[in-house]
Amino acid sequence: MFTTILVVALSLLSLSLLGSIYRVIKGPSPADRVIALDTVGITMIAMVGVLSMLLRTSAFFEVILLVGVLAFIGTVAFAKFIERGVVLERKRDH
Amino acid sequence: MNENEIINTIVAILVLSGTFLSLVTTIGLFRLPDIYSRAHAASKSATLGVMLILLGALVYFYQDHGLDARLILGILFVFITSPVAGHLISRSAYYSGVQLWEHSVQDELKPVVEKKKKAAAEAE
Repeated sequence: MFTTILVVALSLLSLSLLGSIYRVIKGPSPADRVIALDTVGITMIAMVGVLSMLLRTSAFFEVILLVGVLAFIGTVAFAKFIERGVVLERKRDH
Repeated sequence: MNENEIINTIVAILVLSGTFLSLVTTIGLFRLPDIYSRAHAASKSATLGVMLILLGALVYFYQDHGLDARLILGILFVFITSPVAGHLISRSAYYSGVQLWEHSVQDELKPVVEKKKKAAAEAE
């Protein structure tokens, strides 16, 4: 019963992952695509959580932390690039 | 109903509500008209959904080996960073000139930005 619930949750999460990927492909502006990619990263964290419950192992928790940090850093870098055109600016650039 | 079944029921409720919120995020990304409302949907409900699922994992693994620090850190990190990411993306979209939805009635940031631009032009 419990395993069935976890499998159902996993398939629904993959469905919502597909919806976010649709927005990544179609999104009219670059910011739309970046925000959909952020949602993809967050859904991946949730899927790793459900999967580690399904396999009953705590070996994947570092993956949760790592994907969270990487999604955040990527989003911040893309936001800065969209707003100013550079990611790391030099001192005399502005 | 023994202890194990009670914990499993709590975990199932937490995971299913988190999954529901994740689906709500996707429906928001599909149906909302402009980027600002989509950012609203994506940053709030996705954050709460993944926090509920990780909380379920925390409760589930509590019966094996106690509270796991990595899961607590993951919950805190998602809670802190995901709204910040949504804010930064909406801000960069506004300043790079993405238009609001055509039926929106109010843009309170516009006069502020124009005033700032005018002040910068006068300073030069």
